[in-house]
Amino acid sequence: MSNDVLIRAEGLSVGFQIGKGLFNKQILKAVDNVTVEIEKGSFFGLVGESGSGKTTLGRAFLKAVPITGGHARYEDGEVSYDLAEIAGPELKDYRKRAQLIFQDPYAALSPRMTVRDIIAEPLEVMGLTSSRAETDERVREIAAKCRLNLEHLRRFPHAFSGGQRQRISIARALVSDPKFVVADESVAALDVSIQADVLNLLKELQRDLGLTFMFISHDLSVVAHTCDHVAVMYLGRLVETAPTRTLFEGAKHPYTKALFSAIPSLDPDDRGTAQKLEGEIPSPTNQPSGCKFHTRCPYAVDRCKSEEPVLEHADAAGHEVACHRWRELMVPA
Amino acid sequence: MSSLIDVKNLTLKFKTDEGLITAVNNVSFSLKKGEVMGLVGESGSGKSVTAKALMHLNARNAVYTPESKITLHTEAGEVDVLSLTKPSEMQVVRGGAISMIFQEPMASFAPAITIGKQMVEQLQLHGNMSKAKAKEISVEMLDRVGISDAHKRFDQYAFELSGGMRQRAMIAMALSTKPKLLIADEPTTALDVTIQAQVIDLMKDLVNEFHMGIIFITHDLGVVAQTADKVSVMYLGELIEEGPVREVIRTPAHPYTQGLLSALPKLDDLDSPLTPVPGDIPSPLERPSGCVFHTRCSKIVGDACKTTLPQAYQLDESHSAACHIYPKGESA
Repeated sequence: MSNDVLIRAEGLSVGFQIGKGLFNKQILKAVDNVTVEIEKGSFFGLVGESGSGKTTLGRAFLKAVPITGGHARYEDGEVSYDLAEIAGPELKDYRKRAQLIFQDPYAALSPRMTVRDIIAEPLEVMGLTSSRAETDERVREIAAKCRLNLEHLRRFPHAFSGGQRQRISIARALVSDPKFVVADESVAALDVSIQADVLNLLKELQRDLGLTFMFISHDLSVVAHTCDHVAVMYLGRLVETAPTRTLFEGAKHPYTKALFSAIPSLDPDDRGTAQKLEGEIPSPTNQPSGCKFHTRCPYAVDRCKSEEPVLEHADAAGHEVACHRWRELMVPA
Repeated sequence: MSSLIDVKNLTLKFKTDEGLITAVNNVSFSLKKGEVMGLVGESGSGKSVTAKALMHLNARNAVYTPESKITLHTEAGEVDVLSLTKPSEMQVVRGGAISMIFQEPMASFAPAITIGKQMVEQLQLHGNMSKAKAKEISVEMLDRVGISDAHKRFDQYAFELSGGMRQRAMIAMALSTKPKLLIADEPTTALDVTIQAQVIDLMKDLVNEFHMGIIFITHDLGVVAQTADKVSVMYLGELIEEGPVREVIRTPAHPYTQGLLSALPKLDDLDSPLTPVPGDIPSPLERPSGCVFHTRCSKIVGDACKTTLPQAYQLDESHSAACHIYPKGESA
């Protein structure tokens, strides 16, 4: 394992048991056999439709859902944990190192706490500071980095707009000085004019504090502008992963291509030229055989229905794709 | 093309404990048959409230000024929407001549009544028809919006359908009464991009087929570019720019519209940094004086921005913007 990898997942699976009783047991595999590396100091994007398992994978890396198969190795230079087995004091320590920024800044902040208390809570719960003065110091420091001023700290969340609330959520996530931050749809609930501001702030904080970000989003244009590396998920599988520029210039998986062409173009004269994907993502309890995407793929052949493709290297620079036909499909395009 | 709905000087305030809040201020526009208008704005811009006013659907604490006038042109004559008072009179604008599609289809269907029963109920209310006939029309409509197994879906509940299916069912329900005007309030915001593309295609087909007017409310300028003929941009209750979709998107005239467009992450240009519109949207309780956008505007031309509300300036026949950077009074 190279030194600049922060998290390396190997064959990671997360399954949930649904249905009760002896004979009705069914396992829903939300994340299935995912192998991926997240480099230290990178902005790693994870995209896919709802139901693709992107949120579950993010939570697995935070150890917020049980990992039911495979391994995930976290190594930040100070400690090294296997997230599949981590427990007890190690898990407690990992909680300081890995944090989550939520989607909805209106639901994530307690209306009864002042902004100062909201940001200070993780410090108090994890016992990271020894005195109130020290806590205040840390809160002020991180608040300033998130462009919140002293006067803001005394107020309650209701007095803030969406963008300001999201900055409070970010400050709260970063106050424990984490190394790894999962941002789950963190700008999806914001207006466009504010969204750019929060994205710029996240990038700035990542650079200044040397953070590693996992940025989960359904919005490909946002991902294109913020992330260094992107992974695309479909029904719990990783179907394609590549450095951002490579992916946006030369996507190889038919699903990734379809996702790109579904983005509404800003050009009013460019209507209806997109390659449209038929149907919807199948239910994870009733998954297709073979390649999970074959039911919607315009290029599916018999082999796709029976044999599941594995991630293979498309080039030496980290572009990987899981499709039986990506080589032949590249030719016409 | 003849006019379908005319909105004149619509001003709408809400009575609250903190006093009167202006939600919409002096907004005028009109829509022709078969025309698709995109109504764009951030949260709090008053776009949804404007749309609800067309159906007289705002909460009881809404106060309309006497100058506000909404005229709906139907085959049976003109309807002065804001003068309607009795629920029975309002049926013409609520599901009759005007239908509405909401953002979250799960919240718009009753969870404990089958989709079919809800569709039949509204058809019987508006169309005065037999149950069998209403069912026939409903199934036909479900089939038309691309729902497979329409007969089976008819007897299902909303929770049994996926997000995309639910939105299709919602559209089928809204269109089964053959409205003249369809108001779609963020109909694709809760959907995945691939499903959004399908729903947008469907709506375009339906406009061609039924030849109705559509008011498409959204914050996504990409969706507007793909669907609308003309665009109106709102900010804090003011209509700040309107014009044909090509002109507004290619040559936006108002600094706010320009800011919105440059804040959008663009896929064909990954190198340029994102430029946010500075600051936050003011609370409607603290409506700025003068031009409501002056607190965030980068193109302030003088004190006028802080003191006087700019009037709409006609850049050409159909494109106008309300901003002090354009000469006052005389229009080009």
